Amino acid sequence: MNKQITHVSVAALILLAVLIVSTTYWQTWAVGDLADRQNNAIQLVARLTVNRGKILAADGTVLAANRRHRKHGITTFTRIYPGGDLAPQVLGYSTAAGTTTGLESSLDDYLTGANTNLSNTFKEELNRLGGQTVKGDNVILTLRPAIQRAALNDLAGRCGAVVVLDTKTGAVVAMASSPTYNANLINQPGGWAKIGRIKGTCGDASALVNNATAGLYPPGSTFKMVTAAAALDSGAFTPSSQFNDPGYCIEYGRHVSNAGNPDQSGPEAFGTVSLAQGFEHSINSVFCNVGKQIGGLKILDYAKRFGFYSLPPLDTPPNQSLASGLYKNGKLWKPTSDSQIDPGRLAFGQFNMLATPLQMALVGATIADKGLQPKPYLVQKIVAPDGSTVSSTTPQMLGRVLKPQTAADLNQMMQLVVQGGTAAGIFPPSLKVAGKTGTAEIGLGLVYDAWFVCFAPADNPRYVVAVVVEKQPNGFGASVAAPIAKDLLEKLLHR
Amino acid sequence: MVARFTVPLADPYMLPMAALLTAIGLTEIYRLGQNDAFRQGIWIVIGVAAFSATLLWLHKDFRALERYKYVFGVTAIALLFLPALPVIGETINGSRLWIHFGSLQFQPGELGKIALIVFLAAYLREKRELLAQGRLKDWGPLLVIWGGAMLVLFATNDLGSALLYYGIFLAMLYIATARISFVAAALGLFLVGAYALSYLTPHVQERVQNWLTPWSQHKIYCPLSGHMALRQDCQSYQLVQSLYSLGHGGFGGTGLGHGIFTSTGGGQVIPDLNTDFIYSALAQELGLVGVAALLLLYMAFVLRGFRIALAASDGFSKLLAAGLSFGFAFQTFVIVGGITRVIPLTGITLPFVSYGGSSIVANFLLVAGLLLVSHRANRQEAGA
Repeated sequence: MNKQITHVSVAALILLAVLIVSTTYWQTWAVGDLADRQNNAIQLVARLTVNRGKILAADGTVLAANRRHRKHGITTFTRIYPGGDLAPQVLGYSTAAGTTTGLESSLDDYLTGANTNLSNTFKEELNRLGGQTVKGDNVILTLRPAIQRAALNDLAGRCGAVVVLDTKTGAVVAMASSPTYNANLINQPGGWAKIGRIKGTCGDASALVNNATAGLYPPGSTFKMVTAAAALDSGAFTPSSQFNDPGYCIEYGRHVSNAGNPDQSGPEAFGTVSLAQGFEHSINSVFCNVGKQIGGLKILDYAKRFGFYSLPPLDTPPNQSLASGLYKNGKLWKPTSDSQIDPGRLAFGQFNMLATPLQMALVGATIADKGLQPKPYLVQKIVAPDGSTVSSTTPQMLGRVLKPQTAADLNQMMQLVVQGGTAAGIFPPSLKVAGKTGTAEIGLGLVYDAWFVCFAPADNPRYVVAVVVEKQPNGFGASVAAPIAKDLLEKLLHR
Repeated sequence: MVARFTVPLADPYMLPMAALLTAIGLTEIYRLGQNDAFRQGIWIVIGVAAFSATLLWLHKDFRALERYKYVFGVTAIALLFLPALPVIGETINGSRLWIHFGSLQFQPGELGKIALIVFLAAYLREKRELLAQGRLKDWGPLLVIWGGAMLVLFATNDLGSALLYYGIFLAMLYIATARISFVAAALGLFLVGAYALSYLTPHVQERVQNWLTPWSQHKIYCPLSGHMALRQDCQSYQLVQSLYSLGHGGFGGTGLGHGIFTSTGGGQVIPDLNTDFIYSALAQELGLVGVAALLLLYMAFVLRGFRIALAASDGFSKLLAAGLSFGFAFQTFVIVGGITRVIPLTGITLPFVSYGGSSIVANFLLVAGLLLVSHRANRQEAGA
């Protein structure tokens, strides 16, 4: 009988061993899958019992904090946003139901203290076993609330965006998207409906979208920075290359006209001009001819060097950014031959070209940084609850885009724009600015998207500002967007 | 203490292991609800008293039980029938397996398990040669008792116990007859029976569905609320929340007292947490590390149990010890396997750890039985 008993005992032990294996499966492999399940009541409570880290602005202003509740013997926390409508598209939100967006989503591991740094994990584990509430890391951003607020005030509810970068580091000083909403509505009853009703002056905006990273606008003449860069950097042209401007350029046997005269007397005509003058006065025919000569693919090649056709690196979730480039039927389109592109119109930023304000700010920053492109970032520092630094961002350069000489030439040409060109008379002489206006046709007659991209001080740039204001009746880059840039630069440089 | 005097030569590890398991259970029950822990404490005292009484009564020669095998057989059935009686019976969770005296509830099926093992040990010892020959006549009483047990179990909807009894029956039959073909035939019979049954009783069908696809993509009819709902929000709610509990515990667990068992609304997330689902509470708070250690403890207990069976000199002792050990292991497998989705979930207690008076008393009796066998075997060896 002993033989059978041995058999049965082995069977019994195998059964128990199976339990160890199955438990191991659920407690190791399946953990992530289980945590993500919709009706996980435990995870829901777990998320609410974490004292999420604060999000602070560069000057220490609290942008996101927690409110403590105690009910049924459990302490829970819900998010409050003291900044209100200051930067909800960048910060995102964290709801009671556990949905996160923006930095609240991409930095969730840090904010919930779940980041896997070995010494950190050990400390957290001890705290947890000691019964302390899990406390997330605090995040300090590069945003400056005063500048951010000024940008929102300047946009004044009009649809659009403002991006301000520190040219030397790539730090995002301001990233304002308009229309905006009060982030505290998220966790209030009826809040979603209220946010849904915010449409902005353009009538069809969504306050939830970050226009600075996911708003696609025809860049108009600000794209001439890219075309001029291609023209100069490839060696095909110099700033003094001569052009004859009859007021139009001939493409495919038809006239492509310059922008209208301010006095509405028909297209302006400048006669014999240099490339630099063409840039200064934003003469479409000059750029049309440049485009025809160097070809559409060459322009796109330079656009790609500036970062078009890829997502600009940023700390917000990648799905909250869009790539700039040519769009066809709502999708990013990559032409394979010159014949697919209208080079003349592309050269001055029309022809299906769409760009985000962040992308245009990066174009400006690259010219300011003598051809090197800085990597934009929003998170300055992450600090553990005990005050120790978890990580600190070191500014990085993404790489060389232009020859230093090309960048210097473009810088000069952009200064001409402000001194005597399309943006003349806006900036005080004491503020040495290099900039480019853009007034993009959007197929609505005399209603335009107004752009201005600039940096200052021109000879030792510290800040780059990109402004876009959507659907402005008779609104030119110089009259609508440039004054916003002026206000911000004055505040930034204490003039 | 009683054990020292009555069975001094018994296996010295069994009782401490049982005590450790009980302590782990009591600690977790206390953490989940102090009132239940107090009641559990009373039941432990009763269990220890029953354990001591059994030892005092039977330490001279427990084989006297063999003579009363049919008493045990009938007792097993009677105990199972008790809840079906009108006044004292009570239906909980769709299964009629409780009886109550005043405020005390009792699950007699747990004690029936012990009675059944004693009966099977005695009966199989006597008839093993005959059974091995396969004469139909000698199968009679055995089949009757087994069939009766099955019938009662299905009538009371207690699938967990049915599975457990069948498992014990198969294991003991194999030990007695050494005929693997019997086991195979019985196993086949069970599968056919279960398959047929799943069409007859919606209760069984539902359990199997919950096991195969706990998460449904589409809404299905929910008998609890009468509305359409996803299966994970209705029928398999308990199972999936228990799995979430395991997942939340992860490798290291949340630490004792820090697990999450209460929803934001203040309700309990997992029903029956301190009885059938105490394993998911332990898994969340102690983590994989803790429950793996717990399972190893069960393995050690079972291993010692089978050693006692091997060391025993007579057939009744061997069958009794092996039956008790296997019953212990298989019960653990049925509930933890159900919780971890190895087999369909059937409600049954985790030996020594779960909250429940009948379970505690029955398991202390089980240990008493093993110690008696062990003591006798070692005394014979010392005497020889």
